[in-house]
Amino acid sequence: MLNETRREQLDKIIKRYPYKQAALLPALHLVQEQEGYITKEAMQYIADYLEIPYGHVLGVVTFYTMFYDKPMGRHHIQVCTNISCQLLGSETLVSHISKECGIKPGETSEDGTFTLSEVECLGSCGTAPMMQINDDYYENLTVEKVEAILKSLK
Amino acid sequence: MTDTDIKYLLPEIPELHKIEVYEKEGGYEALQKALAMKPDDIIEEVKKSNLRGRGGACFPAGLKWSFMPKNSERPKYLCVNADEGEPGTFKDREILEHNPHALIEGTLIASYAMGVTTAYVYIRGEYVKWMKLLEDAIEEAYAKNYIGKNIAGSKYSVDIYVHRGAGAYICGEESSLMNSLEGERGYPRVKPPFPAQFGLWGCPTTINNVETLANVPVIIKNGAEWYLKIGVEKHPGTLLYGVSGHVNNPGVFELPTGVLLTDLIYKYAGGIRDDKKLKAVIPGGSSTPILRGDSIEGVRMDADSLIEAGSSIGTGGVIVMDEDTDIPKILERISRFYHHESCGQCTPCREGTGWMEKIIRRINRGEGTMKDIDVLRDVADNIEGNTICALGDAAAWPVQSAIRRFRGEFEAKIKMEKTVAA
Repeated sequence: MLNETRREQLDKIIKRYPYKQAALLPALHLVQEQEGYITKEAMQYIADYLEIPYGHVLGVVTFYTMFYDKPMGRHHIQVCTNISCQLLGSETLVSHISKECGIKPGETSEDGTFTLSEVECLGSCGTAPMMQINDDYYENLTVEKVEAILKSLK
Repeated sequence: MTDTDIKYLLPEIPELHKIEVYEKEGGYEALQKALAMKPDDIIEEVKKSNLRGRGGACFPAGLKWSFMPKNSERPKYLCVNADEGEPGTFKDREILEHNPHALIEGTLIASYAMGVTTAYVYIRGEYVKWMKLLEDAIEEAYAKNYIGKNIAGSKYSVDIYVHRGAGAYICGEESSLMNSLEGERGYPRVKPPFPAQFGLWGCPTTINNVETLANVPVIIKNGAEWYLKIGVEKHPGTLLYGVSGHVNNPGVFELPTGVLLTDLIYKYAGGIRDDKKLKAVIPGGSSTPILRGDSIEGVRMDADSLIEAGSSIGTGGVIVMDEDTDIPKILERISRFYHHESCGQCTPCREGTGWMEKIIRRINRGEGTMKDIDVLRDVADNIEGNTICALGDAAAWPVQSAIRRFRGEFEAKIKMEKTVAA
């Protein structure tokens, strides 16, 4: 399941803790980084690797919002809509992106390019409104800036 | 030098994140000094300094450290809480980006003082960039033997590891953080037992916020007496105030505790946008009670002053709202957040946060009744104090305070609908 580099990484991480189970979140991050999302097979693989029950892994995957159990778009657009961003117009940004990409929050475009999500505070309130696309933060946004960013991704 | 010029968390020194620059500026001298001290003396010094936690609860850090058992056969752990997630809070990432070695040095001193052999930095999953920056800094510190075996020529050994979260606000709560680190769902634990007795894997553990630990090096280097002179004596030091919302110049400002809230808004954050009037302020992150704009004259930003004003310093994340702000709409968003982030363990919180969101949404849609306001208040009152962790309180306070201080706005929405219907 995990390629060799990532498996070596995981082995190194496991050594940081007295119990293997503690490496569960890091292991799931590695799987998702490689596969894009976490399949049942991957959960079973991780369960076996860390010697914990499959049900435990499933419980953890479904608890944390950053773990996906289905494929996401190549660009996962996550717009913060919490207070500070809301005060500075995040709603407008969401509806604009929604229109541009032809998807509602929670949906993935048919060609698999974009997934749009409304997310909770990302700790960028001083540079609101903002969004995160995959691992990167985009701050101090305006409709024009968002348009340019989307264009560069298409 | 006036009080407001003291900046030790975010001083204006270019490239301070690099270990060579940090050392040139006197970095890691406090660690050397600490390693020559008795661990108990360090804890005493931090106790004397009145350093209070910067994660929201203001708990005295030295006292927390003193709860750790002295002669433990089990390993002891320190968790650094970098799970910054309280809406309106964006300060710890500034330390991680611009002054990570202050955090590392503080972590090392704290670890030595408590006899900790492994420290974990639990960082929120979305902070990928800041996680990498911190990992680079940790690597530099390992290379210079500040972390690892027999650090800085002493007999003391310690490791620091970064552990990435996965998008759950609740994991900023200390017992939930430990569960998450153990590879569990992020459920808070019933206390007692407290982490110092039964923490990570049942071993003695202390959890401190990033900013709290970043304060430790200056306390050890300059002494508690020096530190006590900064800001308010009962809650001394500088704070990283994050000001966001309807201000001209939002951002993080390092200033002493006890600064006037009005100064923070008008002097440092440049005042309200478009010269509008101030309607409301949330002074310490979304869970802290909302204040009316016309009630903040003379209110100071420290633990006691804000309690007196009917709110809380929280994380120092100040959210500013101008006269056009629709308070019930803001409250709906806040309640949606706590509903989403409730872990679901305790019935009052799991069910109550959902009901609060539903009722406020109903009022905002014009489908509310006058009775809804009292029901809302009632639900909030029944969550507060009836849950395992503080998320329940955090969800209740904004609702209680918004109704108490802006009741008219809720009533107006309900009455307006009645008029339209008639």
